[in-house]
Amino acid sequence: MKSKEEKVKIISEEFIDDGEDAEEERQKKPLKIPRQKRKKQLPTASREEMVLENSPVDDQQEPVQKGPDTRLLGMTSRRGPRSLPPIPSASRTGFAEFSMRERMREKLQAARSKAESALLQEIPTPRPRRLRSPTEKESETEFGTELDREVQRTQQDHDSQGHSRVKFHDSVRKIKSKPPVPPGFPSAEEAYNFFTFNFDPEPEESEEKPKAKNRHGANREEKEGEEEEPPVQEGVSKTDEEEWLDGKDVEDLLLGLDHTAEDFVAVRPADYQSVHVRLQKEKELLFVPSRRTVPTYKKLPENVQPRYLEDEGLYIGARPEVPRTNQNIMENRLLTQEPGRRWFGDDGRILALPNPIKPVPSRPPMLTQEQDIKAELETLYKKAVKYIHRSQHLIGSGDAPGNFQLDIDISGLIFTHHPCFSREHVLAAKLAQLYDQYLARRQRNKAKFLTDKLHALRSAVQMGLNPAKTPKTLETTPKTINEYKSEIRQTRKLRDAEQEKDRTLLKTIIKVWKEMKSLREFQRFTNTPLKLVLRKEKVDQKADEEAYEAEIQAEINELLEEHTEEYEQRMEVYRVTLQQWKAWKKAQRAKKKKKKQEAEEHPADEEREEPGPGEEPEKPAPPEPVDRAVIEQQVRERAAQSRRRPGEPTLVPELSLAGSVTPNDQCPRVEVMRREDIKRRSLFLKVTFNNKEVSRTESRPLGADFRVHFGQIFNLQIFNWPESLTLQVYETVGHSGTTLLAEVFLPIPETTVVSGRAPIEEVEFSSNQHVTLDHEGVGSGVPFSFEADGGNQLILMTSGKVSNSVAWAIGENGIPLIPPLSQQNIGFRSALKRADAISSIGTSGLTDMKKLAKWAAESKLDPNDPSNGPLMQLISVATSGESYIPDFFRLEQLQQEFNFVSDEELNRSKRFRLLLLRSQEVPEFRHYKQIPLYDREIMEKVFQDYEKRLRDRNVIETKDHIDTHRATVAKYLQQVRESVINRFLIAKHHFLLSDLVVEEEVPNISILGLSLFKLAEQKRPLRPRRKGRKKVTAQNLSDGDIKLLVNIIRAYDIPVRKPTASKFHQTSRSSRTFTEKHAASPTTHSPAHSADYPLGQVLVRPFVEVSFQRTICHTTTAEGPNPSWNEELELPFRAPNGDYSTGSLQSVKDDVFINIFDEVLYDVLEDDRERGSGIHTRIERHWLGCVKIPFSTIYFQARIDGTFKIDIPPVLLGYSKERSMMMDRGFDSVRSLSEGSYITLFITLEPQLVPGESVREKFDSQEDEKLLQATEKFRAECALKFPNRQCLTTVVDVSGKTVFVTRYLKPLNPPQELLDAYPNNPQATAELVARYVSLIPFLPDTVSFAGVCDLWSTSDQFLDLLAGDEEEHAVLLCNYFLSMGKKAWLVTGNAIPEGPTAYVLTREQSHYLIWNPCSGHFYGQFDTFCPLKSVSCLIGPDNIWFNIQQYDSPLRINFDVTKPKLWKSFFSRSLPYPGLSSVQPEELIYQRTDKVAAAELQDRIEKILKEKIMDWRPRHLTRWNRYCTSMLRHFLPLLERNQEDVEDDHRAELLKQLGDYRFSGFPLHMPYSEVKPLIEAVYSTGVHNIDAPNVEFALAVYVHPYPRNVLSVWIYVASLIRNR
Amino acid sequence: MSKLCWTCLSRLFLKYYDYIFPEYDDLYCKYCFVYGQDWAPTAGLEEGISQITSKSQDARRALVWNFPIDVTFKSTNPYGWPQIVLSVYGPDVFGNDVVRGYGAVHVPLSPGRHKKTIPMFVPESTSKLQKFTSWFMGRRPEYTDPKVVAQGEGREVTRVRSQGFVTLLFNVVTKDMRKLGYDTGPPDTQGVSGPSPPQGLPR
Repeated sequence: MKSKEEKVKIISEEFIDDGEDAEEERQKKPLKIPRQKRKKQLPTASREEMVLENSPVDDQQEPVQKGPDTRLLGMTSRRGPRSLPPIPSASRTGFAEFSMRERMREKLQAARSKAESALLQEIPTPRPRRLRSPTEKESETEFGTELDREVQRTQQDHDSQGHSRVKFHDSVRKIKSKPPVPPGFPSAEEAYNFFTFNFDPEPEESEEKPKAKNRHGANREEKEGEEEEPPVQEGVSKTDEEEWLDGKDVEDLLLGLDHTAEDFVAVRPADYQSVHVRLQKEKELLFVPSRRTVPTYKKLPENVQPRYLEDEGLYIGARPEVPRTNQNIMENRLLTQEPGRRWFGDDGRILALPNPIKPVPSRPPMLTQEQDIKAELETLYKKAVKYIHRSQHLIGSGDAPGNFQLDIDISGLIFTHHPCFSREHVLAAKLAQLYDQYLARRQRNKAKFLTDKLHALRSAVQMGLNPAKTPKTLETTPKTINEYKSEIRQTRKLRDAEQEKDRTLLKTIIKVWKEMKSLREFQRFTNTPLKLVLRKEKVDQKADEEAYEAEIQAEINELLEEHTEEYEQRMEVYRVTLQQWKAWKKAQRAKKKKKKQEAEEHPADEEREEPGPGEEPEKPAPPEPVDRAVIEQQVRERAAQSRRRPGEPTLVPELSLAGSVTPNDQCPRVEVMRREDIKRRSLFLKVTFNNKEVSRTESRPLGADFRVHFGQIFNLQIFNWPESLTLQVYETVGHSGTTLLAEVFLPIPETTVVSGRAPIEEVEFSSNQHVTLDHEGVGSGVPFSFEADGGNQLILMTSGKVSNSVAWAIGENGIPLIPPLSQQNIGFRSALKRADAISSIGTSGLTDMKKLAKWAAESKLDPNDPSNGPLMQLISVATSGESYIPDFFRLEQLQQEFNFVSDEELNRSKRFRLLLLRSQEVPEFRHYKQIPLYDREIMEKVFQDYEKRLRDRNVIETKDHIDTHRATVAKYLQQVRESVINRFLIAKHHFLLSDLVVEEEVPNISILGLSLFKLAEQKRPLRPRRKGRKKVTAQNLSDGDIKLLVNIIRAYDIPVRKPTASKFHQTSRSSRTFTEKHAASPTTHSPAHSADYPLGQVLVRPFVEVSFQRTICHTTTAEGPNPSWNEELELPFRAPNGDYSTGSLQSVKDDVFINIFDEVLYDVLEDDRERGSGIHTRIERHWLGCVKIPFSTIYFQARIDGTFKIDIPPVLLGYSKERSMMMDRGFDSVRSLSEGSYITLFITLEPQLVPGESVREKFDSQEDEKLLQATEKFRAECALKFPNRQCLTTVVDVSGKTVFVTRYLKPLNPPQELLDAYPNNPQATAELVARYVSLIPFLPDTVSFAGVCDLWSTSDQFLDLLAGDEEEHAVLLCNYFLSMGKKAWLVTGNAIPEGPTAYVLTREQSHYLIWNPCSGHFYGQFDTFCPLKSVSCLIGPDNIWFNIQQYDSPLRINFDVTKPKLWKSFFSRSLPYPGLSSVQPEELIYQRTDKVAAAELQDRIEKILKEKIMDWRPRHLTRWNRYCTSMLRHFLPLLERNQEDVEDDHRAELLKQLGDYRFSGFPLHMPYSEVKPLIEAVYSTGVHNIDAPNVEFALAVYVHPYPRNVLSVWIYVASLIRNR
Repeated sequence: MSKLCWTCLSRLFLKYYDYIFPEYDDLYCKYCFVYGQDWAPTAGLEEGISQITSKSQDARRALVWNFPIDVTFKSTNPYGWPQIVLSVYGPDVFGNDVVRGYGAVHVPLSPGRHKKTIPMFVPESTSKLQKFTSWFMGRRPEYTDPKVVAQGEGREVTRVRSQGFVTLLFNVVTKDMRKLGYDTGPPDTQGVSGPSPPQGLPR
C-alpha cells in the first residue's frame, strides 16, 4: 500500500509539472490556433492518449491536455523504469501482482529521480489534485501488467534513449514557449507536421521531409523522431480506445479553454475588436479556398509540361464527375495546405481513380413475351452428385488442400545507378556494362561462328562445282549451289555486321576506360577498384595477311559473281522488254511512222513505264571489268573499317577489380561525405504476392560497390495461383524512414521450374525518383555532366538489378507443390465476369464468339482498358480462329483420367449399365444380386421392364385404366411420387444419432425411483407383467421373417339367412327369434339340416377368411349372428423385391381383406336311402361382407385393435338383418343406435417393425415469420400438456411449402346437381354430399409418399387428381358443409383403423355429427361404433382449437369451442386472427361427366370382370345367365338412387323372376379409381369358388357418373343354382 | 439368374484373437461379414459368436479366443469386398453384458497369411449424465446394427471412444482372380504381412 501511495504522489507531481507547463504555454501562445490544425490535432492527441492509457494519469485528472504534453507524460511514465527484469517468484498466484508492484515502484522512483534532476527548478509546490477512486487503482494494476510487456520491448532502448527524453522535453518546451519561431528551428507547423506525419499513409515520405528541412540544425529532432516510432505502433494497435477517448478529449480541451477565458475576463475589461480587425484576424485564421481555376503550372513541378497520357495512347479511365467549382476549391485547398504536390497527376489534374459506376445496369434484360421467359428460365433437373474426392484429385494425393509452395531466392541487388554514384561510378557502371556486353558477345562469338559458316559454305559450293566429286546429285546441284550462294551472301552480311559491332564495342570500352582514367586523374582519387587491362595477342603477320587477302579475294569473287548473275538476269529482262517494246514500236510505227525515231531516242521513257530493270540493260557487257575494281575497292574499305587489320594484334580487354580505392583521409571532403552517405544507406526488399506483402528481407547496408547481398530464401505457402509476384526495393537513409525505390515484377515460374533447378536470374528495375545530393554523388533524375563547362548533360535514373530465382518447391515425396492448372484460368474468368457483356447480349452470347465480337465492336470497348484485356484477347483469338477454343466447359478436368473405359464402351456394356442402374437405385435393379461378370451372360430381358417403364413414362396407357382421365392422373401421381421419393431417398442418407446408436434415455426421478424400487423386487414375480415387444429395424430381415398376426375375436349382428319362401316369415318374427336363440346354443345345432328346412336350421354359420398378398387363412366356422371365434391367424408377409428397408415397407400397397362368409351346407344326396349310411353335402360359402385394412395402417400403427364395421352390401340376397331381434335380446340401447354388423379384431406384425420416420426437413414457408413462431409455441405448449394429442397447425402443401392449416378451410360450392336432388331435405343433401366426397378414391399419402410427410392438396387439386387421403376428403367435405351453411369443423384425432386422421364435425340443431369423409358415413356424438376414438384438434376456417379436456373420446367431451377451459384456441385476444387468405380457389367448377364414356366404361368393366371370373375357374365351365344379368342391370341404378329400402322390393322382384333358382349374390359398391381394385374386390368375395356343376353366374356393372368425373361403380355378382 | 463364372474364393481362418483390454475380462466376440450385393457366401457361417474367454494368467494378460472362422465367398464383382465386423461384449461391474468394442476390417485382398490388428471403439454417451446413467444401469450406447461400423455413411453423427485391439489372423486363398483380370498381387509367401500393429502394444 505504501508503494501505491508513493506512486500516486509521484504521479501527481509529474502531472503538475506538465499541467504547469501547459498552463504557461497557454498563456504565452496566442489563443488563435489555426482551426484546421486543431482539427487534426485532436485525433493525434487522442492517439497519444493510448500511450497515455498505460500511464497512471488518466483524463479525469488532467482536463487540459495538449498533444505534446500528453506525449511527454506517456513517455515519462513509460520510459522511466531502468531495468526491470521479471522477478521469479515461487508463488504463482501472487507473482504477477507482486512483481508488478515491485516494478512499478522502481519505475516510479526512477521517473521521479529523473524528473527531479531535470525539472527541479520548474516544479512548484506539489498539490494533489484529486483523490483517486478505487477503480482507478484497479486500472493502475492493469496498466502495470501491460507495462511488463512493454518494458521488455523497449528495454534495449533505455540506455540510449532514457536521457533523450529530458532533452526532448526541454526542446519542446523551448519551441512551444517561443511562438515567433527563430530561424533554424522548426516552425510550429513544421513541428506539428513532424509529429503528426507519422500517421500519414506514406510514412517514408513524410518522415523524410521534415528531416530534410531540419538536417542542418536539428539533429536532436531526428533522434526524437526515432523515439516516436514505438509509441505510434502501440497506438495503432488500440484504435478502439482511441475513438472512445476522442470525444472525451475534445470536451476536456474545451473545458480547459473555458477556464482560461474566465481568467482573462477576470483581469481585463471587455475589449472590443473592430470589424476590420476581426476580419483581418479572421483572414489570418480562416482559409477560404478560392473557386477560381488553378493554372496548370501551379499544380505541376516547375518547368514541367503537362503530359496527357491519353494522347499518348495510354488508357485512362473515365474520371468521376465532379463539378468544376468543387474541383477548383479542392485544388486551391490542396495547393495551399499541402504544397507537396503529390495530389496532382502529370496532366495537372487531381489524381483520380476511374469512375467505378457502370453506365448501364448489369441486370439481365427482361423479356417481354411470356413464353420466352419460360423458355429461358426452364429449369432442368440434374441429380446432385457428391463430390467428396474431387478436391483431393485436383490437388494431388496426400497433400493437405492448398498447400503449395513457391520458393523465392533473393540473392542480392546491384545498382547500375544510384544517387550516390560519383561520376567515376557512373563511368564504372558504364564500363562494367559494356564489359558484360563484351563478355556476352565473346561467349557467343557470333563473328567466329559466321566466319566458319561462310568457309563451310564456300567449300561446299566449290565441291558442288566440281562434278567429279559429287556424281550422284547431278540434277540437284545447280539448285543447291544457288541456295548456297544466296546463303553465303546472307552470312557474309551478318558476319560483317557482327564484326563491326565487336569492333565498335571494343572501341567504346577503350574510350570509356580512357575517360575514367582522365577523371581519376582529374579528381585525384579513385573510387572504384575497376581496372581495365588490354591484352594484346600477337598474331603471325604473314599468315594473317594471307588469310586476310584470301578472304578479300573470295569476297570479291563472290560479289563479282553475284553482279554477273544479276547482270544476266537483267539482260534477260531487258531482252524480253526489248522485244515487247519492239512489237509495240512496230504497232506504233504502223500507226505513226514519224514517231519511230523519237521512240528510239527515248527508250528509257517507255521502259520506265514497264517494270524498272529495263534501264540497265541499255549498256550490256562493258561494266564487268569496271566493276571488279570498284567492288574490290568497296570490299577493302569495308574490311578496313570492320575488320582487324592484318598483323594488328588482337586486343582482349580484361576488367578486374584489382585497383585500389583511395582511402577516405586522402579524399576531398565532398567525397568523404558521399562515402559516409553510402554507409548510412541500407536496403531491404519486400516480397508481395498478389499485391499483399508476405515477407521482407533483412535490412542490409549498401556496400561501397553498390551491391547488396541478401541471400535469403522465402518459402511462400500459397493457396491460389499467383497472379503477381513483386519485389519492392526499399531504401533506408540513416535513421529516417524508408523510401520505396522501385518495384520489381518477377515472372511467375513455369510449372516445370522447381527448386534446385531454377537458374538465378537478374531482373532489372529502375526508379523515377529525383534525388539531388550535396556531395560528390551525382544524384538521380537530375542532369549532370562530366565536362567542366557543363555541356553534354546526362540524366540518369536510379536503376539496378535484383538477382533472384523463383521456383516451385518440391514436397516431401518429390511432388512439386504447384497449384493445379485450373486455378490459372481464374484470372481470365473473373475478367470475363467483370465485363458487361452479359447485360447486353445475355449469357448465351458469351459462348458465341461472333456475337461477342460484334458486341465488342458495337460498344466500342476501349482496347487499352486493362480490364478489357482478356476479353479483347479472347475476341481476337476467336475471330482470327488461330487457336482452338473448346466449345464446352469441362467441369471436372481430371475426370478423363479416371475413366477406365470410354463412355461409349460404358454405355454399350450391359454389365456396366446394370451396375450403374443399380447404384442409382433404380427400383427394378435396386436389389439385383450378383451381376454377372460377362456381358454375354446378361440377358436382354433384364432391361425389358425398365425400358418399358421409361418408354411408358410419357405414353398414357389406357389399357389398365379405361378412363383416360384417370390414366393421366395416375401418371401424374406416379411422377409426383417418384420425385418425392427421390427427395426422400436423399433425405434418408441423413442420419441422426438415434438411427445409429441405441442409447437409454436419461431416466427422470420417477423412473429412477421405480428402478431403484425394482432392485428390491423379487427376481421372478408371481404375476408377470407384459413386456413391450422389441422393435426390429427393417435392415436385417428376409422373406418369412415377418408375419402378420390377425386375431379375430368376435362379430356382432351378422346377417342371417332368409328362407327362400320368406313370405310367412315376416309375420312370425318372434317365433324365429326363439328358435334362433336355441340355435345359438351349441347343443341344438346339427349339420344335418336340410337346406329347405328353415326352422330347424341355424340362421347363419359364419367364418372369417383373411387374405393378404394372396395368402388365405380362415377361421373355423362359428354359428349364429353373433359368433365368437377368438382365433389367431398367421399370414406371412413378403416385401416387394425382398427389400425390407423402411422406405420399401412404407410403400407396400397391399390390403388385408377380412371377409366374412356364411358356410352353407347343401345336401346333395341323390338317394334318400343312403342317408343313413353316408353324408353327401356340398359346402357353399356365401360372402357376407368384408373389412379392408391397408397394410400401411398396420405398419404405422404397429397394432390395430378394435371393433370395425363390416362392409356389407346393401342388398344381400337370401340374408337379412334382424334388427328387432337384437332389441329383443336386450342389448344395450347404445349399440342399437347404429346399424350394421361389427367385427372385433386385433392385428399386428410379428416382429414389430420400427416405422420409418417422416423426413426431418424444415420446409420453407411463405407464412409470416411471427405466425410460424406462434405455431411453434402453440404446438410446444400443447405437446407439453398432452403429448399424445397431435396438434395440427401447419401442413405441407403439394409444392412442399408449409401452410397454415386454416387456409384450407373455406366455403366451397358442392356440385349443383347434388344440391338439387333433395331441395327440401337438408339432411339428405348433406348425406349425398358426403357420399359424393367418399366416392373420390382414397389413396393414402403414406403410400404414395412413403413416410415422407403428409401432403395436403387443395380441394381443386384433390378433385383434379381424384385421389387423396383423409385430410383431402375431410377438407372438401368440410368446405361443402360450410358452403351449405352448416357449422362445420375439421376434427383431427385417432380413428380406427386409420390411426391419426381427419374427420368432419358438424353441428346440427341439438347435437353434433361426426362424419367419416372417406366412407360418407356419419355418426352421432354418442355412437359407440364411431370409428373416431379420440379428438385432439378442431380446425375451423379462422381458428384452431386444441382439446384441453381431460378426455379425448368424442363420447366424453364437449364440443363447445367457446369454452376456453375446454378448448385452447390458437387465435385469441392476444393474437387476433390476421385474416389469412385461403389457398383454396374461389369456386369449384364442375363439368358434367360424359355419360357415354361412363356407359362405355361400364361395358368394359363388365367384360373384364367376366373374363376374370372365367379365368379364376379354370377347371369348370362358367355359364352366364343372361336373363338374370339383364335383370340385375336394372336393379343397379335403383340402388344408386336410393340405397335404403330397396332390399325388399328387390328381393321380391327377383323371386318373381327367378323363382326356380337358388340365388346368392350381392351388389358391390366402390368408388372408381382403377380396374384392379374392382377385380380384387370381386375376387375376395369368392363368388367364383362355387363349383356346383349346374351353377350359373350373373354379373352386372353399373357406373354412375357424378360431376367432375367422380364415378360410382356398382358390381352385382350373383350365382344361381337351379332348384331341382 | 445367369451362371456364375467367376468364383472368388477367399478362405479365411480367424485363428487367433488377441484382445487386449487392461481392465476387462470375460469377453466374448460376435462377428459377422458385410459384403456387397454381388457377393454370396458359399460355405461357412457368416455370423457367429465366440466363447467367453478370461485373461491369461501370465504376464501378457491377453485374452485369447483362438476362434476359427471358415468362410468362402463367391462373387462376380470386387465391389463390396467382404469385411469382417467384430463386436466384443463383456460384463461390467454390475454383471451386465455391455459392449466393449466394435471394429471392422476388410478381408485381405491378396492371398496369403495376414495378421491384422483392429483398433476397437465404442459409441460414446451423448452427455455426462447419460454416461453416468448408462454406466449405472448397465445399458451402454450400442449401435443399432454392428454393420454400421463397416460403412462410412452416417457415422459423422456419432462419437466414439477407442478401446483395445483385436488381432486377427487371416489365411486367404483366391481362385480364378487373375483369370478374370484382377491381379491381387503375387501370392504372399512371406507369412505375416499387412500393416504392422500400432506401436505401444504389449507383445
